[in-house]
Amino acid sequence: MKQYDVIVIGGGPAGLAAAISAYDNGCKDVLLIERDNRLGGILNQCIHNGFGLHTFKEELTGPEYADRFIREFHNRNIDHMTGTMVIEITPDKTVRAVNSTDGLIDIKAKAVILAMGCRERSRGQLSIPGSRPAGIFSAGTAQRLVNLEGQMPGRRVVILGSGDIGLIMARRMTLEGANVLAVVELMPYSGGLKRNIVQCLNDYGIPLYLSHTVINIEGNKRVTAVTVAEVDENRKPVAGTEVRYECDTLLLSCGLIPENELSSQLGTKLSRVTNGPVVDSSLETTIPGVFACGNVLHVHDLVDFVSEEAALAGKNAALYVQHLGTTNKELIPVTFSPEIRYTVPAFINMDSITGDIKVRYRVGNNYQNKKVLVTSGGKVLSQKVRRIMAPGEMEDVLIPADKLRSAGRIAEINIKVTDNG
Amino acid sequence: MSDKVYNTVIIGAGIVGCSVARFLSRYKGSFLVIDRDEDVCCATSKANSGIVHAGYDARNGTLMAKYNVMGSLMYPGLASELNFKFRTIGSIVLCLDESDRPRLEDLYNNGIKNGVAGLRIVERDELKELEPNVADEAVCALYAPTGAIVCPFDATFALAENAARNGVEFSFDTSATNIERDNGRWKITTTKGILFCDTIVNAAGCYSDVFHNMVSKDKINITARRGEYFLLDKTASGHVNHTVFRLPGKMGKGVLITPTVHGNTIVGPTAEDIDDKDDVSTTSAGLDKIRSQSSLSIRDLPMNMSITTFSGLRSHEDGHEFIIGEPQDAPGFYDCAGIESPGLSAAPAIGKDVSDMIASHLSLTEDPAFVPGREKPVDPLQLPADELKELLNTRPDYGRMVCRCEYITEGQIRDAIRRTPGARSIDGVKRRVRAGMGRCQGGFCSPTVMEIIADELGIGISEVTKMGSGSEIILGENKRL
Repeated sequence: MKQYDVIVIGGGPAGLAAAISAYDNGCKDVLLIERDNRLGGILNQCIHNGFGLHTFKEELTGPEYADRFIREFHNRNIDHMTGTMVIEITPDKTVRAVNSTDGLIDIKAKAVILAMGCRERSRGQLSIPGSRPAGIFSAGTAQRLVNLEGQMPGRRVVILGSGDIGLIMARRMTLEGANVLAVVELMPYSGGLKRNIVQCLNDYGIPLYLSHTVINIEGNKRVTAVTVAEVDENRKPVAGTEVRYECDTLLLSCGLIPENELSSQLGTKLSRVTNGPVVDSSLETTIPGVFACGNVLHVHDLVDFVSEEAALAGKNAALYVQHLGTTNKELIPVTFSPEIRYTVPAFINMDSITGDIKVRYRVGNNYQNKKVLVTSGGKVLSQKVRRIMAPGEMEDVLIPADKLRSAGRIAEINIKVTDNG
Repeated sequence: MSDKVYNTVIIGAGIVGCSVARFLSRYKGSFLVIDRDEDVCCATSKANSGIVHAGYDARNGTLMAKYNVMGSLMYPGLASELNFKFRTIGSIVLCLDESDRPRLEDLYNNGIKNGVAGLRIVERDELKELEPNVADEAVCALYAPTGAIVCPFDATFALAENAARNGVEFSFDTSATNIERDNGRWKITTTKGILFCDTIVNAAGCYSDVFHNMVSKDKINITARRGEYFLLDKTASGHVNHTVFRLPGKMGKGVLITPTVHGNTIVGPTAEDIDDKDDVSTTSAGLDKIRSQSSLSIRDLPMNMSITTFSGLRSHEDGHEFIIGEPQDAPGFYDCAGIESPGLSAAPAIGKDVSDMIASHLSLTEDPAFVPGREKPVDPLQLPADELKELLNTRPDYGRMVCRCEYITEGQIRDAIRRTPGARSIDGVKRRVRAGMGRCQGGFCSPTVMEIIADELGIGISEVTKMGSGSEIILGENKRL
């Protein structure tokens, strides 16, 4: 059986950055496995700009951003297999994959980095009533057809959900000649970035209806109309508010789901909030030597943060391989106030404080003028003032390494959102 | 279609029409199946519970009972002969209130009269062992160990492919608009031309009354009875082990919960009589009803793991009975009408019986060249590693994964298109090999499936459809709509 120190599963932005970082941190024996025929992942179809502002201090398109990492990856001559689908990871870290040249292959790893990304929530999961004709697409599928194939899947379009891909596709479909009638969002706030609402909807006069949803789809062969209604505070449609849109296409941008079928088969514990693996501050899952990063861990808003997170996973995987069998772990939980939906990591590994720890989280509602306090046993470890926090934007707070090291024996780290001033 | 005169034209390429076709193909003769849709299995047969009922439910003495029990006995052999997915898992009918026990006993007695093997009433403790997540209210249940599940698509395709293998022709996108007698033969006017034949099989599902009433003075009436369903992800598998019913009511067997042969869980159906015989919409009221009804039978069913919802139509005849065979005033016209539940279970028996009626009517002789089996479609991941590697030398597409949820390779999709009758659309591929049937519902694989279909059929990507003409996916090129 072939063997590698580190196997990275997924060649999108997370996998690329993780592999590069594992290599740069002293682990040269790395294999990256990608199911598509090329590296880069979903970035390849994200031809709009806005990527890389944090990482490269410039605005890149998705393919440009991916290309920077692909070059770095190739510069290091890291092994990779494309067109290869991993179908199983065993707890002893044997990775089983299939491709068109080798068939079924088993490869053994000392450490595995999960970087499989996420998928879009489908119409079926949303249980939208109505008929099931052609013309209903997830926003990402439409994005692939338009951006990679040059093919338009719709003329008159209604978009359900205000996730970033939906917002981007509202603009893209408009630029390519379609008529986007409305973006409809179930929640009272958008799930996407503020800048996307401004640049993709407002600039093109596309209306965004918050607290609305699609309650019916019509059409036998192709979508002919959808009915939109306002929802009450329990997200139930309000009778009498129905508006029928004649259209041929419904795009869905209603949330992303980390693709953790391999992870759960492997036995890693998953968070019921993020649908991603529960990890500690080393980004190690509940199975030793298995790390996770990027959208398979939790859905990110910006790829820059994916790259940063993945680099940490790669570094920790390298450390794990170098110190195999000698590492102890003292995990303390990260607790948080109700405004926060989750944190990544969920635990701090007190035995491996290799630098300041960035805790990423999302809030469950819109908040203004708040102070975020990180405390332990009553002592403030760090704080941050946030003028605006929104569910569509990922937040983070830094816990300084020296504060953690000098904290002594602590039972937990608490993150609290309080009023500022 | 040609000018030749067929021995038999079968109207409807659902499970019943394909079953008649397959059993007819045991005989020498010329047989044609026509269907208004673009493929086999596009209407009633494509959207149901996928259950082969044990046969205790249909009232003793009815055709429903007779064909259900016969069909149920035929399925295991047919499934291994034709290589379609079938599994005997047993079914359970829950009694949730002690006062209903007499009705459960009636059901038991009816099943005994129907000749169903192994039936017994199990009390609460044993029921809990059989089905640990059963509702606490359950007092006892009827247990039918011969209850089974089948993939209704796979079974229909297997019958159709085997029929085609044995010489039966298929013509799709072909609607029959008129049937009349003409010089001692039947003349069928279709949207693709005129057909002549000695005998007709009316297996037109919800439209079987229309064709029956064209040839007989003894009118029948079929109502489309819609049933809505949830399909849960494979990660929800194991929550139920058997097909779990509740005591039947006037509108049918109520909301059931069952594993599918592919490891999903199906929950439904509702029962609602509707006017439009093609309306397979789901409704929020229907879906809500399934959510609340299912929780009465099974605790903590993970309905949040739904990957799709759909609805299907049962072809409900006013007398709630199958109508099989020739009307008195239309010899040579064979009804397979009113085929609602247990229609899927009964289909093989109906197919065999009706084919034998026709063979006797036309004095057909057995075809010594008849091949009874269908080869198993290649499933690369089920092959031993060395066999797969060998196969990849000639068919590397068996190693290219297209559907990441169901693990379906490009090779399997190409095979689905190359079969006879083969897939012509995204739904045709999906129903044959499950690409797009998983948790992402084709979000990732559909553009690749479209490319493969275009390549295999030699058409442009813009001509690829979801389910036949009018359901094209692409409406134009960028900036050239």
